[in-house]
Amino acid sequence: MKALLIDFGSTYTKVALVSMEPPGLIAVSQAPTTVESDLMEGLEAALASFTGRQLRGVTFKRASSSAAGGLRLVAVGLVPELTVKAAREAALGAGARVLAAYAYTLSGTEIAEIGALKPDLLLLAGGTDGGNREVILENASRIAASALEMPVVVAGNKSAADEAAAILKGKVPRVEVTGNVMPGVDRLNVEPAREAIRGLYLSEITRAKGLDRVQQRVGLVMPTPLAVMKAGELYWKATGRETMIIDLGGATTDVHSFADGRPRDAGRIVKGPPEPPVKRTVEGDLGMRVSLSALLGVIPTGELAESLPFTLDEGALPAYARRASLSRDFLPGDEKERALDGAIAGAAIREALRRHAGSLTETYTPQGRLWVQQGKDLTATAAVIATGGALVHGRDPGALLRAGLSLGDPLVLSPRSPQIFLDRAYILASAGLLGETRPEAALAVLKDTLQPLGGISG
Amino acid sequence: MLRNNRVVLGVIGADVHAVGNKILEMVLTEAGFEVINLGVMVSQEEFINAAVESAAGAIWVSSLYGHGEIDCRGLREKCYEAGIGDIHLYVGGNLVVGKRTFDEVEKLFKEMGYDRVYPPGTLPEEAIAHLKEDLADESATD
Repeated sequence: MKALLIDFGSTYTKVALVSMEPPGLIAVSQAPTTVESDLMEGLEAALASFTGRQLRGVTFKRASSSAAGGLRLVAVGLVPELTVKAAREAALGAGARVLAAYAYTLSGTEIAEIGALKPDLLLLAGGTDGGNREVILENASRIAASALEMPVVVAGNKSAADEAAAILKGKVPRVEVTGNVMPGVDRLNVEPAREAIRGLYLSEITRAKGLDRVQQRVGLVMPTPLAVMKAGELYWKATGRETMIIDLGGATTDVHSFADGRPRDAGRIVKGPPEPPVKRTVEGDLGMRVSLSALLGVIPTGELAESLPFTLDEGALPAYARRASLSRDFLPGDEKERALDGAIAGAAIREALRRHAGSLTETYTPQGRLWVQQGKDLTATAAVIATGGALVHGRDPGALLRAGLSLGDPLVLSPRSPQIFLDRAYILASAGLLGETRPEAALAVLKDTLQPLGGISG
Repeated sequence: MLRNNRVVLGVIGADVHAVGNKILEMVLTEAGFEVINLGVMVSQEEFINAAVESAAGAIWVSSLYGHGEIDCRGLREKCYEAGIGDIHLYVGGNLVVGKRTFDEVEKLFKEMGYDRVYPPGTLPEEAIAHLKEDLADESATD
């Protein structure tokens, strides 16, 4: 019994051939994604490197895709810090790219903006259960009256959701009602919306993107980021160790954390909206290739210069960024460029962690000094699994990751002394695809392939 | 019969007095209200955000540490801005420090837009009776 697990990435189509009995990885292969012609061509090219003998006995095929822009979504809620944030969390947790998020009653300009973004899907939230009804109903009416044409998932106030769906019915291709993403202001409930988004991805969006043939032939079941997230979730549940995945890509940096995130120290006050145990953030301005210029605008140049063994010439950085962002296949040429690439990667990881992890603030009250925690406490993260071209092709990914994980800021609740693993074979998405039906085999593959790079001493 | 049974509850400002807050949550719940309890150290924005999402009928603000006047000022104005200007605002606790009579304090907070103001030592039942009055459904017949 063998499984063929495919990921149609935006650049490469990656294939993993896995033995289920006994569980283990047989081989991996990749070929450029052929999004202009037919995705199957790139897949055939990737499969060509396997022998006929190797491919014999494949009984299970599953695929994920981030080709053709991935799953592009717009989120709508009521209050920015509450249902808008909850809708964003649900969408990110479904593996979507959140193009934009809107609060309160949609204006004409905002409706036009959504039209221009051409999302694959709209997630409509607003109101806690039994709470505000007017805004979600008004937004449903405004969407229905507009020229917007995309499937809609309604995940707002349960007392208004059916009515909102009835307003939208017939005006958009498909309406799905699911559980409220925020049933109470202190509670998130993202799971039903994640499932509904995935359901529509399978039934509507793959067809709209012309991926239905691929779906039939190789079982396209989810967007790539969701497959990666499923792998992390599986690892977390199976090992009982709090886990983090860092995917340092060419266009974005994704961070997933798998931990309840509650304070590790007694005596802290937790403030801010609730956080999901499985949390994903996507940083569109922190990419190592396509988004490198944006990345350099974000990270402090001083910090970058300090971590280099040579002085940086004026103009060297922008020139490097220009060359590197031209091609996704760009690899640093000489020793200096490698050092520069490594330093940028470290800085990108630090910034992505600062945004993903929770933080501590010192507050003085008449009752004395207090620590206020916002976001997730990830200091007890036991395993960090990292992937991405800049790491895999880097000379010393271990050193690079140690630098990336050393924020030197006690007020950011990022991992303190985790074990580090490198996903050199891009196996995470495959493991996530396999894990839904064969968790033991998926776990065995992960343990087989993830390369341990040692730890960090807290 | 109430037209709205949802109350947003919290201790405002940098105040961390948690016990009274828990007691109020308990008695309000027992009296049949749905309590959206934001706990301690609650900012004005948090009160308003929670009230908007939950379409609550009232906000109950507690302040025990004497800085109530500074912390509570402007909440009514912000409610107007957020489109919930007609929400019932209740406030109670050790609202100010210094030698002021409760009459002065009540007048001050009413001018700030609070509908009901309570001195220290008020029993929760008294305020709950007021809440039932304020949130009664006038269109319903007994």
